[in-house]
Amino acid sequence: MKIDAQGLYYRDLNQKIREAVAAGATEIELVNVNGQYFIGDGINREVTLTIQGVPGNDLAAFMNGATIIVRDNGQDNIGNTMNAGKVIVHGHAGDVLGYGMRGGRVHIRKDVGYRVGIHMKSYNENKPVLVAGGKAGDFFGEYMAGGVLILLGMFSDDADKPKHGFRFGTGMHGGTIFVRGEVDEKKLSREVGVFELTDGDRQELEGYLKDYCGDFGIDFAEVMAERFVKILPKSTRPYGNMYCPMPR
Amino acid sequence: MNVTRKPTHNFQKDISNCGLTGFISKSGTLVGGEVIIKSIALMHDRGNGLGGGFAAYGIYPDYREFFAFHLMYESGMALQLTEEYLERHFFIEQHEEIPTRRTPAIVNPPVFKRYFVKPLETPEYREAIEFQKMTDEDVVVRHVMAVNNEIEGAFVVSSGKNMGAFKGVGYPEEIADFFRLEEYKGYVWTAHNRFPTNTPGWWGGAHPFTLLDWSIVHNGEISSYGINKRYLEMYGYLCTMLTDTEVVAYTLDLLIRKHGLTPELASLAMASPFWDIIDALPEDERKLLTAIRQVYGSALLNGPFAILFASNEGLIGLNDRVKLRPLVCATKDDFVYMASEEAAIREICPQPDKVWAPRGGEPVIAKLNPGVI
Repeated sequence: MKIDAQGLYYRDLNQKIREAVAAGATEIELVNVNGQYFIGDGINREVTLTIQGVPGNDLAAFMNGATIIVRDNGQDNIGNTMNAGKVIVHGHAGDVLGYGMRGGRVHIRKDVGYRVGIHMKSYNENKPVLVAGGKAGDFFGEYMAGGVLILLGMFSDDADKPKHGFRFGTGMHGGTIFVRGEVDEKKLSREVGVFELTDGDRQELEGYLKDYCGDFGIDFAEVMAERFVKILPKSTRPYGNMYCPMPR
Repeated sequence: MNVTRKPTHNFQKDISNCGLTGFISKSGTLVGGEVIIKSIALMHDRGNGLGGGFAAYGIYPDYREFFAFHLMYESGMALQLTEEYLERHFFIEQHEEIPTRRTPAIVNPPVFKRYFVKPLETPEYREAIEFQKMTDEDVVVRHVMAVNNEIEGAFVVSSGKNMGAFKGVGYPEEIADFFRLEEYKGYVWTAHNRFPTNTPGWWGGAHPFTLLDWSIVHNGEISSYGINKRYLEMYGYLCTMLTDTEVVAYTLDLLIRKHGLTPELASLAMASPFWDIIDALPEDERKLLTAIRQVYGSALLNGPFAILFASNEGLIGLNDRVKLRPLVCATKDDFVYMASEEAAIREICPQPDKVWAPRGGEPVIAKLNPGVI
């Protein structure tokens, strides 16, 4: 079904979406979206929302199982505390992407903003995966506690921009970051180190990237043609001794 | 057991931000006020109705040689004292009420008047020009500070040439309706939707904050306000608007107009990189930035911010160095757009040539083409 969001207030639009989901819709197309907040928040069903236009902040927050496809750019706070499901953005995405995400996947084709993957976490089978095809701002993987962040640096509108920003992995104490090509070690935080991939890592990474490439029609072989590095935290408690030495 | 439990809290989220948006036509194309209204109104929910405002450049071409004073009066006495003051110090080419529209949304507005003026050649003026090496702009700044500080209930809303600020308590689209903004045409427009946090929501506290033709709209909070305020006081700038953003307008005037810094260097003084990043730079850049931080330590703005500052020269967007507030930019032909949300740009420019998020601390500078004004 199709919903025309032209000039619609965000509460009214989200009400219509929730009613359509409750009525059993499996494919919902939203057209003329521009800036409406909270689209797809808290949806518990396996429904696919396709968005034409730029959705507002907090897209897919607390989402639990739905798929959202954004044909244009996204704004800030996408996938906040998302539990399951998938977000696919064909353009770029803003700051604080995947904040506290605890499951599901977020696939961004182009650049991402500051503080991507901040405080992502994982528990048993709940393992969030966030892939950015372009370049990233500062504080990538800030306070990351679990899950997987992948930065490709391939599909950016800005050729001169560095692949990633400063303070990379600040406060990171869990999870894994994979970066295609090199990282700029000057911009890494003290809490993380660079490692080679194991065979197990490579297998896991290929699984994530096949899924990613499939969503955008990207040549998987080209993505894998470059080596990847792995960034891991040096400690699971980076600030354990910040104020006073703590007993182990 | 069947117990109906009350919700623990209200699940309707209150969106608490400020919103800002602005654009420039680098070739000087005049754009009607309805465009900026449409852009800021899209971000209605970023404010809470306690402040909205606009700055517009190119709106008074017939009086382009005169300083355009927008005055706000809370009482008849303030009006009388200010007009006596202005008559003593200025040649007044034209004065009139700023046209407003009665609207139910705007309650108890103050009185607004505008004056197109030039400094009079009084003995005091000649003393300032000949012996204190002041310029007309310096003289105007001194009088703006005097009116704001010494006349109770009178506030200079803006004082630049061929520009004006329009602001008050209400949502920005309500303020625009009140000031009949759709009747103005300008080549630079900025707008602000306020969500006051630490300081009162009053007419003078709405954005933009201005001095001469500088105007600032700001989202965030300037934690270094006390240091900045005291620093500016040494140079004769007096903060009277009860709001942190005011220091940015005066700092720009000091750094760019008085000290001759480029907008790029002024931005680096206000949002300096951290020392460890400066230390890793090539020798000449390291020396420059070290000098800037040493000389202008008290002009450093601490805290989260996204600001737009406009003047008759152009429009500049700047984030704090760790980008704790949103700012998105776009270009289309000779237009440059800057806003808190991309959607606010797309509302008035559906297919931009380029959209990007600037880095924290790195100014986006869009200047009018040479010869436009």
